[in-house]
Amino acid sequence: MATITPALETHSQHDHDHAHGHGHHEQSFISKYVFSTDHKVIGIQFLITTMLMLMVGGALALAVRWQLAFPWESMPIIGRLFGLFQTEGGQISPEFYTMLFTMHASVMIFLVIIPVLAGAFGNFLIPLQIGADDMAFPVLNMLSYWFMWPAIFCFGISFVAGGATAGPGNGWTSYPVLSDIASAAPGSGAAQTWWLFGLTLVGVSSMMGSVNYMTTIINMRAPGMTLFRMPLTIWSMFITAILQAFALPVLTAAGFMLVFDRLHELLPTSIHSGFFIPSGLVVNNAAPTVGGGQPLLWQHLFWFYSHPAVYIMLLPAMGMVSDMLACMSRKPVFGYKPMVYSMAAIAGLGFIVWGHHMFTSGMNPALGMTFMTSTMMIALPSAIKVFNWIGTIWDGNIQFNAVFLNCAAFVALFIVGGLSGIFMAAVPVDIYFHDTYFIVAHFHYVLFGATLFGVFASVQFWFPKMFGRMMSDRVQKVHFVLTFIGMNGTFFPMHLLGIAGMPRRYADPYLHGYLEHLLPMNQFMTISAIVMGFAQFLLLGNFFYSIFCGKKCGRNPWNANGLEWSAPSPPGHGNFDVPPVCFRGPYEYSSPEADAMRQDFILQTSPPPAGVVRPAVAHH
Amino acid sequence: MKKFWAIFFWFWPLVALWLCAVAPANNWWFPSPPLSTLGHQIDGLFYLILIIVAVTFIGTQFALGYALWKGATKGSGDKAWFSHGSHKLEIIWTIVPAFILVFISLTQLDVLAEIRVISHFPKEARKAPAAEVMARQFEWRIRYARPGTELMNEPRPGDLYYVNEVHVPAVQPTMINLRTQDVQHAFFVPRLRVKQDAVPGLIIPVWFEIEQAGEYELLCAELCGWGHYKMKARIIAETPEQVQAYLSRLEQEQNEDGVADEQSSQ
Repeated sequence: MATITPALETHSQHDHDHAHGHGHHEQSFISKYVFSTDHKVIGIQFLITTMLMLMVGGALALAVRWQLAFPWESMPIIGRLFGLFQTEGGQISPEFYTMLFTMHASVMIFLVIIPVLAGAFGNFLIPLQIGADDMAFPVLNMLSYWFMWPAIFCFGISFVAGGATAGPGNGWTSYPVLSDIASAAPGSGAAQTWWLFGLTLVGVSSMMGSVNYMTTIINMRAPGMTLFRMPLTIWSMFITAILQAFALPVLTAAGFMLVFDRLHELLPTSIHSGFFIPSGLVVNNAAPTVGGGQPLLWQHLFWFYSHPAVYIMLLPAMGMVSDMLACMSRKPVFGYKPMVYSMAAIAGLGFIVWGHHMFTSGMNPALGMTFMTSTMMIALPSAIKVFNWIGTIWDGNIQFNAVFLNCAAFVALFIVGGLSGIFMAAVPVDIYFHDTYFIVAHFHYVLFGATLFGVFASVQFWFPKMFGRMMSDRVQKVHFVLTFIGMNGTFFPMHLLGIAGMPRRYADPYLHGYLEHLLPMNQFMTISAIVMGFAQFLLLGNFFYSIFCGKKCGRNPWNANGLEWSAPSPPGHGNFDVPPVCFRGPYEYSSPEADAMRQDFILQTSPPPAGVVRPAVAHH
Repeated sequence: MKKFWAIFFWFWPLVALWLCAVAPANNWWFPSPPLSTLGHQIDGLFYLILIIVAVTFIGTQFALGYALWKGATKGSGDKAWFSHGSHKLEIIWTIVPAFILVFISLTQLDVLAEIRVISHFPKEARKAPAAEVMARQFEWRIRYARPGTELMNEPRPGDLYYVNEVHVPAVQPTMINLRTQDVQHAFFVPRLRVKQDAVPGLIIPVWFEIEQAGEYELLCAELCGWGHYKMKARIIAETPEQVQAYLSRLEQEQNEDGVADEQSSQ
């Protein structure tokens, strides 16, 4: 990194593919593709793993939707497939239903959204976009991927550990004492302990990634890559890594406390702590509990992590979408610094809003008022970002490809998720909406509507850099339309269900007279969900087909500016054939300087006109 | 085809708005008008936020669609607008939403205090709880004091018990004590807009003033195990005299041993 050799030629025009600039020795298949320390391979490993987990989580969601549309009817396909349902006539039992929504959330949050953003794209993009040859700690990076598998294993075991129909059934929030006392529910036995182990291991994996990202971004930027020349993707990954590093230890500690409370389920001896168990509870006719614990403690600790985690599940997508919108609109990001500051504000405020999950919990009402105000204020940076995204598209030379459409959908749907959040930030209104389908609508608009659409766009946008080939834009457009319609058909009516007072996590809401007439609407939503679910095969099909048979492309198929586009597609081990030097900001689309070059972009590595300035050196 | 996409992004918010507009007529809205005093205030705040949100939704979605439309109708030779942003715009769209958000929070505070802060409860409600509602997997156990005595936190001999049916007086502020015998539950009465978690180890007072005599669904809103969905109960609001009569009847039933005896039949 010490030598500064300005790359005097841009590589976009003439594509010379001498990928291995640094002369590496030949690697075996195992060390190249399995236990690889190359950030690109690890990123792709994360991406493929999370895409498969997306299908698992989606299948669980469809089973939930099946029960809500056709309560107590035999499940198609799956009902007959496994022996386990035959005793129940192919029906979903109520305890199985609690397992379904618990594992749907756990898989989607811990095995899809968090690892696909930080794990897949964080890994793949950070070194490439800052001009480094790899992560600061490649072995740690490899471990962060391979710790996902024990986590997946533990989650997998938790499905069957307590018996075939007694998977963990306490919701992804796992509130004690339901999750703390084995007699409380069929899924509160060994299944819950395994679930907690899985959660802890996901945390280990995230923490290793987070340390790596922070170090890499601080220390390994290419010469000239100052902080305010970093693409917003990198800013978002940086801020996310900080969030992870500060919030995660709290969840890990809380998880261990819960494990200690309940370890006797697994081991003959027990620690018999009672962090979350007050005395005198008679749960399911078991002996009264002894202890002086406080169940609200878990809620505080859990949400102290899990609220920042909501932003961990969103900020990287915000960063990546900003990059893609600028490229597809052929315009600089509108308000680059406000975008950075608003992400920082979201992250900072994100630490003082966790109590808004607890407005009905019986905590001190004075706390409720404080948390309400801070929660309202976090809408502000989100609003600023939305205005800036619209400003970015405004009067741009828009490329209407699937990347752009998915990004525009990100903005459109994030607006819905943001606005519905205001109802729930207002405590009196939240008292009615808490734990109804309104909240389910809200977080699906944020996590599916925003984050996943951002991911769909990112997969297609950076696919050429991963594999040197393009994905089919036509298939992606069909996928976009089906997913967009299915998504809105599934989740928009949930707002109305929430207003109608339909509680979440009900195996059979129609038992209650005032909800009976909502069955047809739920059936419509389930059909939309099935369309949306099956549309994902288009994404998977397109992805895997294009790895081998996609159209080949050069270094910079999108005519984008970032350093990653000056590397070969795909980059070899060590990434850059010419060590990159950064001369300018990441979003100089359609600048007068580019006009002079008869193009509408300028790579960050492209030096200023002869004899002007030397790059500002970022290293000390 | 480009214009199609702009229209696509204009079209779906219209469908969403249409759906919300026809929702009340199709019974996809609140289960009934609020039937408690606090409910009116909660609904009022809801509609205030709904108006602000609807205006923002229409404005931002229209602007997004228009930005797409501008892009779609741009001539092939036209250049994109080279701009890194506008300081003035940033200030406007920071300050205006900030004021609106602070305004929304301020409007909520009084109602929140009335709902949750015990010193703000109406005096009549604070005097004595009408009943203790003890949640349990998967039912609601109701405990009343024997007529003429006061309800204590510890059960006393002579207390009256019933399951899944709470009788409370209508048209007067009423307080109940909420607790749970096992895991966490939540006391949710949709038509009254009342919701409060029942937390293991805590006794939480909840108050409401029901405006009309009648029956109100009571259900659980916090995951409490496999039977969470079937914690079905009802609140029966009636005149104070009817409540008294109900309690006397309950007392009689509870003390009745089935043997005709002169003292007990009196």
